[in-house]
Amino acid sequence: MAEPEVTAETPAAAEEHAAHGAGHGAHHAPTGFVRKYIFSIDHKVIGIQYLLLALFSVVLGMLMSILMRMKMTWPDHAWPVLGWLFPEGAPGGVMTPEFYLSLVTMHGTMMVFFVLTTAPQGGFGNYFLPIQVGADDMAFPYLNMLSFWTTLLGLVVLVSAIFASGGSVIGPTGGWTGYPPLSAIGHLLNVPGQGMGVNLWIISIAIFCVASLLGALNFIVTLLNLRTKGMSLMRMPLTCWAWFTTAVLALLSFPVLLAAGVLLFLDHNAGTSFFVPGGLSNGTTVIDHSGGSPILWQHLFWFFGHPEVYIAILPGMGATSHILSTFARKPIFGYRAMVFAMFAIGLLGFFVWGHHMFISGMSPLTGAAFSVLTLSIGVPSAIKTFNWLGTLWGARIRFHTPMLFAIGFVSLFVAGGITGLVLGQTSLDLSMHDTYFVLGHFHLVMGVAAIFGMFAGTYFWFPKMFGRKMNETLGKIHFWPTIVGVYSIFIPMHAMGLVGMPRRYSQFYEMLDGKLVWIYNFNSPTYPLIQFVSWAAIITVSVQFLFIFNFFWSLFKGERASDNPWEATTLEWVTATPPPHDNFGGRVPTVYRGAYEFGVPGAPEDYVLQTTPDETGPNVAYADEAEGQGRGSSNGNDVHG
Amino acid sequence: MGRALAVFLWVMTGLSVWMFLSGKWWFPTAISEHGPAYDQQFLLTIIVVGVAFVAAQAALGFAVWRFADTGQATRAVYSHGNNRMEILWTAITAAIFITLALLGQRVWWGLHLTEAPANATQVHVVAQQFQWNFHYAGPDRVFGRTKPEKISDETINYIGLDSDDPAAKDDTVTQTLVTRANTPVQLTLNSRDVTHSFWVPQLRFKQDAVPGLDVKVHFTPKTVGQYEIACAELCGQQHYKMRAYMLVLPPEEYDELVALPQAQFNKRVGELVKKYPVNTHF
Repeated sequence: MAEPEVTAETPAAAEEHAAHGAGHGAHHAPTGFVRKYIFSIDHKVIGIQYLLLALFSVVLGMLMSILMRMKMTWPDHAWPVLGWLFPEGAPGGVMTPEFYLSLVTMHGTMMVFFVLTTAPQGGFGNYFLPIQVGADDMAFPYLNMLSFWTTLLGLVVLVSAIFASGGSVIGPTGGWTGYPPLSAIGHLLNVPGQGMGVNLWIISIAIFCVASLLGALNFIVTLLNLRTKGMSLMRMPLTCWAWFTTAVLALLSFPVLLAAGVLLFLDHNAGTSFFVPGGLSNGTTVIDHSGGSPILWQHLFWFFGHPEVYIAILPGMGATSHILSTFARKPIFGYRAMVFAMFAIGLLGFFVWGHHMFISGMSPLTGAAFSVLTLSIGVPSAIKTFNWLGTLWGARIRFHTPMLFAIGFVSLFVAGGITGLVLGQTSLDLSMHDTYFVLGHFHLVMGVAAIFGMFAGTYFWFPKMFGRKMNETLGKIHFWPTIVGVYSIFIPMHAMGLVGMPRRYSQFYEMLDGKLVWIYNFNSPTYPLIQFVSWAAIITVSVQFLFIFNFFWSLFKGERASDNPWEATTLEWVTATPPPHDNFGGRVPTVYRGAYEFGVPGAPEDYVLQTTPDETGPNVAYADEAEGQGRGSSNGNDVHG
Repeated sequence: MGRALAVFLWVMTGLSVWMFLSGKWWFPTAISEHGPAYDQQFLLTIIVVGVAFVAAQAALGFAVWRFADTGQATRAVYSHGNNRMEILWTAITAAIFITLALLGQRVWWGLHLTEAPANATQVHVVAQQFQWNFHYAGPDRVFGRTKPEKISDETINYIGLDSDDPAAKDDTVTQTLVTRANTPVQLTLNSRDVTHSFWVPQLRFKQDAVPGLDVKVHFTPKTVGQYEIACAELCGQQHYKMRAYMLVLPPEEYDELVALPQAQFNKRVGELVKKYPVNTHF
């Protein structure tokens, strides 16, 4: 495609650029394949690279979860193919308990870091934040490239941990939370997988922390400094607010994890004792550590770990708000309340980490304080839900695939979030902590709700990114079994938790002489649920390959998309499809109104682009915040400036 | 499409509610003094959660059913929100959530922020991979000294009891937790290797056993019987079967047992374990 070589700026915009002094020169589109697609500094290419990285990781993570379900459901069954693939982890095809635990660890690490943190922020955020604020790239394009390649390095190191365990099992077995002393001195206690596997796991996370920091800085500076003319903060799409809040959370939380990781690495390798107390024994000799505290790690880890939950879900909230409004053909209900709620969630998110530690041995009074703070965070979450419902009320909903997934997000967010009211109470946590109730809760809310946000985003922005729409029929066929499937998997887990089923158990029963024997009798009522959930998981995961097929098929064969196929209002829809290297083809968009002007009375179309100028005219009503009067534009492709 | 989605949301909501109401998957019967208060708080919470869940899903279903674009001549309602409603629903949810949070401290407070009653029996719990050790002070009611360098699995000294200490002479270490019905028991939890977690569903009680830290907790078992103790914190490859049992004995049987010298204590526990079958009242 032809791209203009030089960016022409309007005097006003040039002035603005000079004023904020970001030193942001004109971009020349690279011509060589390597600079264009591999070591690219174009935020759009980098965004797609992040998405592909996340897609690879999510496939691995899903397959791991299926192996886990297989082990738990048919604990003694021999699968010859597994024996061939993992001679140490599944000798004779029967998975070992340590193999299961390494799957637990890798599944969690892979999903939390390389999927939930990477795709919504690094992927969609990278691609669309600069465009939605009207910038021609990120503030620091080279830093952006560096953060992607650092992330990829982290992934390579993590995957290598699977293969580098000295021939015992496939990887670290301490869970994604890596609690010491198990992760610090597990090798001294002869726990399989806790040697080199742990080192690589820590290194991978440390690399990821660095990458996230670089990314977060870039997001924050870009949003604050590179907004185009007229793009005041309160006119930004809610996606931008979400990416911004997420970046702030990442900036403040990842350094803590990085520091904790370094300390754990030293404990594990250099004989320090940050997290290992004295007087421990492996049954024959005293372990040569003293003075550390295992609970210190938990504080550091969850100081990062709880904001991380919001890092995973906030971009999904942003995308959902954006998409709901677009397909409801209605302005977002309570834009300001949505922004404040998002910020409240981000802020409170830093004061609730202790709810992961009620029964850790932490002071019970501290637990009580964390409990009250934790339930308060439900308030802004509820505000968001009310506003989504308010947005749909009186709407003219168009049920395209992105909208289905966005509605699914709202449903899942409610279903998963609301049980936080149970888990956030110190008293109730006495029984619920570390049971399947917790698994049901967080998988629904930060797992599949976040994934639904990504699906919605993919179906929604695919036409803009690749110039072709994803197949709508396949998209709908993908949606239905997926939403039925995820509810079938994760709602029953709450019931299992009530019964008392602890998490991270490789199996709950065993076959002795052809007879099923429960390891713990109290788990026995869950038998039908274990079976049901496993089959639901296998079917749901299988259906996801339909999405992957649709994705790649549509890249080449999808219906060609116009510049604004969804009749949306924000800046990504006023530029060409796909956007040129400098995003707006040498012009600088000027913004005249808020992001969600749908159904404006008197306007020629039921949507008014952010760039439609305010001019004197009869249609007073559709100017945002009474800032002027305007004339609607029927041409979705105009860039006014 | 909107109607199908609405029907799905309602059916899913109904099935989810049914799962909780069916009674097939619920807590095992509580056997601790705080158990009924726990169950009551859970019930209150799950009702609030259930009502909110049903209301939100039903409303979402209604919206997608009712407000579909069917090619109407009129546009969607043009509204940017309603501050009065924002304030109203923020205030209502805040009031409900904070009330729940405060009520949710009651059981916690009673267990964790009050001293163990003076008549509480004392047990030291030392967790290890993948076994629970329960240390009794014996008739002298003084716990013998333990030292990490004395720990030796080979000589069956799992907790490193120091035989040089006279107070240790009458101490007993068992792998079954024995408690006295209707009498508070104070556990002092510790671990000799990694973090474990003491978990008995029927007690409605869970507490991590943290290496290097003596965590004192207390509760009162009420119902005589034998119950399973599980580990609830990932502790290694055999985590899934780090199992022990808790006996809740009638007072006279308990008193008789703890007066026994070391050699007969474990033998008697073996007999009692057979006498009281493992609880399967779920």
